Amino acid sequence: MRYLPHTQEDIDKMLQVAGASDLDALFSSISEDCRRKEALNLPGPLTEWELNGHMDALAANMGASPAYKVFMGAGSYNHYIPEITRQLLLRGEYFTAYTPYQPEISQGTLQTIYEYQTLVCRLLGMDVANASMYDGASALAEALLMTIRISRRNKVAVSRAIHPSYRKVVETYFAPTGFEVVELPVGKDGRTDLAGLAEFGDLAGVALQSPNFFGCIEDLEAAGNTIHTDKKTLFVTSFSEPLAYGLLKPPGACGADIACGEGQSFGIPQSFGGPGLGMFAAKQRYLRTMPGRLIGKTVDRDGKTGFVLTLATREQHIRREKATSNICSNQGLCATASTMYMAALGGTGIRELASLNRNRSEYLKSALAAAGCSSPFTAPTFNEFVVRFPDGFSDTWQALLEKKIVAGLPLAPYYPELSDCWLMCVTETIDKKDIDLMVKEVTQ
Amino acid sequence: MKEKMGTTGLIFNEPLLWEKGSQGRKGMSLPRPDVEDVPLDEALTGEGPDFPDLSELDVVRHFTKLSQWNFGVDSGMYPLGSCTMKYNPKTNERQASLPGFAGAHPLLPPSLSQGALSILHDLQHYLGEVTGLPAVTLQPAAGSHGELTGMLIFAAYHKNKGNPRSKVLIPDTAHGTNPASASLCGFKSVAVQSGPDGVLLPESVAGLMDEDTAGIMITNPNTLGLFEDNIRQVAEVVHQKGGLVYGDGANMNAIMGIVDVAETGVDVLHLNLHKTFSTPHGGGGPGAGPVCVTPELDPFLPVPRVVKEGESFRFDEEYPLSVGKIHGFFGNFGILIRAYSYILSMGKHLKQASQYAVLNANYIKECLKGDFHLPYDRPCMHECVFTDKNQQEHHVATLDMAKRLMDHGFHPPTIYFPLVVSGAIMIEPTESESKETLDLFIDAMKQIAQEAKDCPDCLHESPQFPKVRRLDETAAARKPCLKD
Repeated sequence: MRYLPHTQEDIDKMLQVAGASDLDALFSSISEDCRRKEALNLPGPLTEWELNGHMDALAANMGASPAYKVFMGAGSYNHYIPEITRQLLLRGEYFTAYTPYQPEISQGTLQTIYEYQTLVCRLLGMDVANASMYDGASALAEALLMTIRISRRNKVAVSRAIHPSYRKVVETYFAPTGFEVVELPVGKDGRTDLAGLAEFGDLAGVALQSPNFFGCIEDLEAAGNTIHTDKKTLFVTSFSEPLAYGLLKPPGACGADIACGEGQSFGIPQSFGGPGLGMFAAKQRYLRTMPGRLIGKTVDRDGKTGFVLTLATREQHIRREKATSNICSNQGLCATASTMYMAALGGTGIRELASLNRNRSEYLKSALAAAGCSSPFTAPTFNEFVVRFPDGFSDTWQALLEKKIVAGLPLAPYYPELSDCWLMCVTETIDKKDIDLMVKEVTQ
Repeated sequence: MKEKMGTTGLIFNEPLLWEKGSQGRKGMSLPRPDVEDVPLDEALTGEGPDFPDLSELDVVRHFTKLSQWNFGVDSGMYPLGSCTMKYNPKTNERQASLPGFAGAHPLLPPSLSQGALSILHDLQHYLGEVTGLPAVTLQPAAGSHGELTGMLIFAAYHKNKGNPRSKVLIPDTAHGTNPASASLCGFKSVAVQSGPDGVLLPESVAGLMDEDTAGIMITNPNTLGLFEDNIRQVAEVVHQKGGLVYGDGANMNAIMGIVDVAETGVDVLHLNLHKTFSTPHGGGGPGAGPVCVTPELDPFLPVPRVVKEGESFRFDEEYPLSVGKIHGFFGNFGILIRAYSYILSMGKHLKQASQYAVLNANYIKECLKGDFHLPYDRPCMHECVFTDKNQQEHHVATLDMAKRLMDHGFHPPTIYFPLVVSGAIMIEPTESESKETLDLFIDAMKQIAQEAKDCPDCLHESPQFPKVRRLDETAAARKPCLKD
């Protein structure tokens, strides 16, 4: 086996030094009743070439972009990934390194993540960002737990327009804690309705997503003002499409105390939902209650600038049961990918790309409206929107799969009240020609 | 090779991203606009983030230079104890980047995602086979996420029995994530002292186990690199009081094909695919932390679950006792593909991997025990733990020796962990390293032991060769500068 360098000669010499008669003797401390009775029953071993053939066959059994035109977002977005990101990420110095516990020989990872933290702060208009969380869903759950630590209250409110999977993960994290999660309704315009907020009593945090699951851009500024009428309540903003912040006013400018979400859009393949990137940022005053790793700038013995893991006293390996979270491994390489992507895109590029996403999505929205399929919601949207189709569209949708078109996400399983609606998404990977074809197919 | 591996070479300085570039440059090709511009309400529009504008080559050079300041498994031996820094096969990167997988939307209908679903289904089965615990979830995104899932299962199990419990026993040798994961689920952790041989004694567990204790979290082999040889008796004590046994499988690389984890009495076990199953660590992640459980605990696993009907697969949410969803989609699928590819490439050789990992660790232990203090002198599993006791008289500490190893061209071992050993040096060579490499490492360690006597300051002043020298971590924490 090419991954195992041991020759019989090596093994014999090493056994002799170790004072063991054979390999089995190395395991003599393991009692008989703990051992396997039979050999491992696994397929293989496959040669490299057999593995390629096997995996090619499995991959061919998928309906993925770009072979399929997928008009589906809902927390996973098909954006172009520049070749430089793919190739630079494959540098073994990045991808075969561990967490940078030894800073002198980990400056590459450390400076990269410092740059990531800085760019995330600039994207979201926040003061401090951590080195990443698992995904947008767990980032939201951890943000809400953080509001409970800060406010010492035990109830949080979460908008019904937040991604349904994120809300489910929040429920899971909260289930054994005894803390309460209440739901905020969605108004007619597709935005969160905060009119009844005061009736929930003392809230630790209130979470909104923008653009929300329906693609609607929340009025975060107005929401922030309403939420902060109770000075102890923290305003948490979530997102699943960070590209929107190339265009939108950032959460930090709208009074968000914590901004967190999914960063997959930035140079990370969709990969059937993971690995993604949990972005997490907060206001400076909440720094010490934040979960996750942080990289800080410092100097070495010669006064040269360098970077280290810092403020570890919040973390599990130092504080153990009193830690701000149990997170250890995060999504480092995905954060690295997103840093490369943000660097390649630049300030000028992100604006242009965000506008292109919105413009093409608006084009689809108008074309469908002209064909009599309109959105139940009126709020402005970014690159996703909800559309109501006439009876029988399920069959059309199913038939279009044969033509390699996935015409949006049916909302029935997530929102029974929107059972005749689909969530449509258009990114820069879908052009006018694709849109025209899809509109023709769904409206004929 | 006679010379030591570490040497000096041309290395570049590189500023921060925003210290480079010039407004208007572009490093990425964007599609041509082909539809009308539809401006957004001004009240919602921002100015756009202040990102630097760089050319494509600016970006390429920037990250190439930065990567050169890093040390990875591809650079050299990385004996970081408890982290299993084995070779990350290149072919696995190919498999994960196949367009059918990389371009797959997670909410595709089952008819368009059979390839991915069959990987999930089969990988669960393989991990069940390796551990002996047949019910498996692949959703957790990392080891600690797996621990959290395990603790959620503990809580759900006891609640379902109508008897919620408030405490969890955790040995003093445990990873720090264990108590943190327990407390996320509202459990109070109770420390159990390990015995004089470095392993748990059933009587210490019996003294603490009661009917308000949900169970115990055990790392086996433990963080001293020793097999918990009383584990069956410990499990029996816990089970008798209605508790469950959680196994932290971070060290599974020692026992594949040898130990049946279910037979040891463990009910719930997490694996670190980024340790045992060769997926890259990526400078901190992403990992994957599948959880394997007994058939009795199957109903509590997270949803959605993959089910097979005839020859096709689909997701199923209908598990009323499930702890719920713990990831936005189905876990770190791209990492799961790599582990799946590794298992298919290795097959029955997985047992050899464990045997050689243990052989390598014992070889190092025997070769170095004359130079370094070995607190538990008994056969070890896949890692061995030394201390700096012999070097203290020369005022040389574990940290100094770790830093000196960098000049020799090695990544240092894990240091100052486990906490129960003062000045610990925890060495995990993995099966990937050949005898020649181990001999070079042993030689470097011996030279360092000699240097500790002859020239302690050479160690205090190390490392000399890396991009930067020792960094001021105190200043970094006192006045945090976390962004520009």
